[in-house]
Amino acid sequence: MTDNNSRQVAVRFADVARRFGTVQAVDHVSLDIYDGEFFSLLGPSGSGKTTCLRMIAGFESPSSGSIQLYGEEVSKMPPYERDVNTVFQDYALFPHMNVQKNIAYGLMVKRVSRKEREQRVNEILDMVQLTTLGKRKPSQLSGGQRQRVALARALVNHPRVLLLDEPLGALDLKLRQQMQIELKAIQQRVGITFIYVTHDQEEALTMSDRLAVFNHGKIEQVGAPAEVYERPATSFVASFVGVSNFVEAGLAQKLTGEAKPFTLRPEKIRLSTPETPTPADCFGLNGTIRDVIYLGMYTRYLVDTEAGIDLTVVVQNLESTSSEVFAARKRPVKVIWQKAHNRVVEE
Amino acid sequence: MTSEPDSTMTPPSLKSKSPFRLISNFLYRHSCLATGFLLLLPVLWLVVVYLGSLGTMMIQSFYTYDHNTTQVLAEFSLDAYKEAFTDPILSPPNKDVIKRTVRMAGAVTIAAAIVAFPLAYYMARYAGPKMKGALYLGVMLPLWSSYLVRVYSWKLILAKDGVMTWFLSKLGLMPVLDWLLGIEGIGGKSLSTSYIGVFLVFLYVWLPYMVLPINAALERVPKSLTEASSDLGARPWYTFLRVILPLSFPGVVAGSIFTFSLTLGDYIIPNVIGTSSYFLGTLVNVERGTLGNWPLASVLTVVPVVIMMVYLSVAKRLGAFDAL
Repeated sequence: MTDNNSRQVAVRFADVARRFGTVQAVDHVSLDIYDGEFFSLLGPSGSGKTTCLRMIAGFESPSSGSIQLYGEEVSKMPPYERDVNTVFQDYALFPHMNVQKNIAYGLMVKRVSRKEREQRVNEILDMVQLTTLGKRKPSQLSGGQRQRVALARALVNHPRVLLLDEPLGALDLKLRQQMQIELKAIQQRVGITFIYVTHDQEEALTMSDRLAVFNHGKIEQVGAPAEVYERPATSFVASFVGVSNFVEAGLAQKLTGEAKPFTLRPEKIRLSTPETPTPADCFGLNGTIRDVIYLGMYTRYLVDTEAGIDLTVVVQNLESTSSEVFAARKRPVKVIWQKAHNRVVEE
Repeated sequence: MTSEPDSTMTPPSLKSKSPFRLISNFLYRHSCLATGFLLLLPVLWLVVVYLGSLGTMMIQSFYTYDHNTTQVLAEFSLDAYKEAFTDPILSPPNKDVIKRTVRMAGAVTIAAAIVAFPLAYYMARYAGPKMKGALYLGVMLPLWSSYLVRVYSWKLILAKDGVMTWFLSKLGLMPVLDWLLGIEGIGGKSLSTSYIGVFLVFLYVWLPYMVLPINAALERVPKSLTEASSDLGARPWYTFLRVILPLSFPGVVAGSIFTFSLTLGDYIIPNVIGTSSYFLGTLVNVERGTLGNWPLASVLTVVPVVIMMVYLSVAKRLGAFDAL
């Protein structure tokens, strides 16, 4: 099966809906995920991203619509017949089996010969850097090690699609950042389609080739990370992916003459002295600094402008010290940004 | 004494130096003493009453019984053990009773596990909160009424012209019943006077003790493990054998300890239901009560204790407690 870009579609959602009682968890979603892609499903909890993943795995079936895996209709197929493997959020390692047996489980089921099993388990243990821990029980491993075992147990089966359900959620920040890079490297090495569920926008931006932003069971936007960040389609995407200033239609009209709401990234705004003239291709508003939040690498200023628009401005702490930035409180300023940085969005 | 670091935050009532508060503070700081108080009653009960009587019984098994005068003499001897196990004339009936009782306990335990597992599995995995409550109640409800009453009602149910016979004849299953009752060794004139009847009543009476531990063990197996297994390609039956059963097996063993040991020691059911053949419990009752042969009764009571010890060590070796 091919699409316009003549790339093979790995997973196709066609008008898929899933209801739990009165809750519409997934609301008529259509989506194509291509072969070999690192694709993220990003959204807040309860937005339907995990339900979508579970429908690909086969743990849930759609109330309506169709799900295809490499062109084959799978929406009624049980999980054990799908060529898909999952890395679970809680890892779901079998506590009564050691690491090797956990990893070999899928191969045992498929009656792969003992010799090949051992070889593949050892290869994958090397890949996730757990070569010496094969005989340990899951309870004797750290969180990061368990995460690697879960990944190895799924990858050893060479699935066509690997599903990852917030696999890094339980790890601390340093380990998480390290695993993000490793996961991406592994994905590029094995070339398998990765579908990655996360509520962490930074994680999605770091790793994905493309991502879909979910809200209330619907997809708000699909695109490459830079595209979604720079050209958010809706105010929800703008606020969920990174931080955004949202200017509603009424206030926007005063400034731009158009009654269309827009968003504005805080790092695109400059703080200047009130007397600074506004360049022709820029907007400029006078106001007062209401509050200052010092964040180490940069400082976040909350500015109340005379036009009634409250803006968050982020400035890198290039030369300023904390005492200097705190002294800016209550100071009159002028905020200036290029007109081109306004992103008109749907409300 | 404790000092209050921020007295403005503390309500006045808590600041008062009441004796209860002083005791609480003292115990909080001396946790050994606190655990001592906690364990006082259980230790008294288990060590003094339970282990004490068990020890007394062990000692009595080495006393000597004079068959002529029917007197128990506090003289150390192995006579009672010889009578139970090695004496060519006296021991065979005793050994038969032990064999019969162990077989019955084994059969009841296996049947209880087979009947209880699906129910416990349904309760743990599929039942909604209301259904689960109803099922817990259903499992526990029989324990609310008197054990004796239930056993005697089973005697009526299983009697030759009782409800069971009527029910089976309505279903046209009388040939099956007749065939069952005709089997040498376990059959008899009617269900209530056969080993099958004894088995059925044991199964009924001890079933809750099997359902509850299995259910507790299954509740502790995360649902994601079954999902992981099927995700890795395993069909439901494979998942059951490789994941669910090994992880819930400690529950099955816990339940089997109840059903096995309770069957080994029971003397009421074989008395009310079944043939006149003795089981360990009924034999102990006769030796002690009718004949006054305390040493032999003690030996026959030591038997289930030893059997249970062997049973537990085998279960441990099989890895039944690994997942605890």
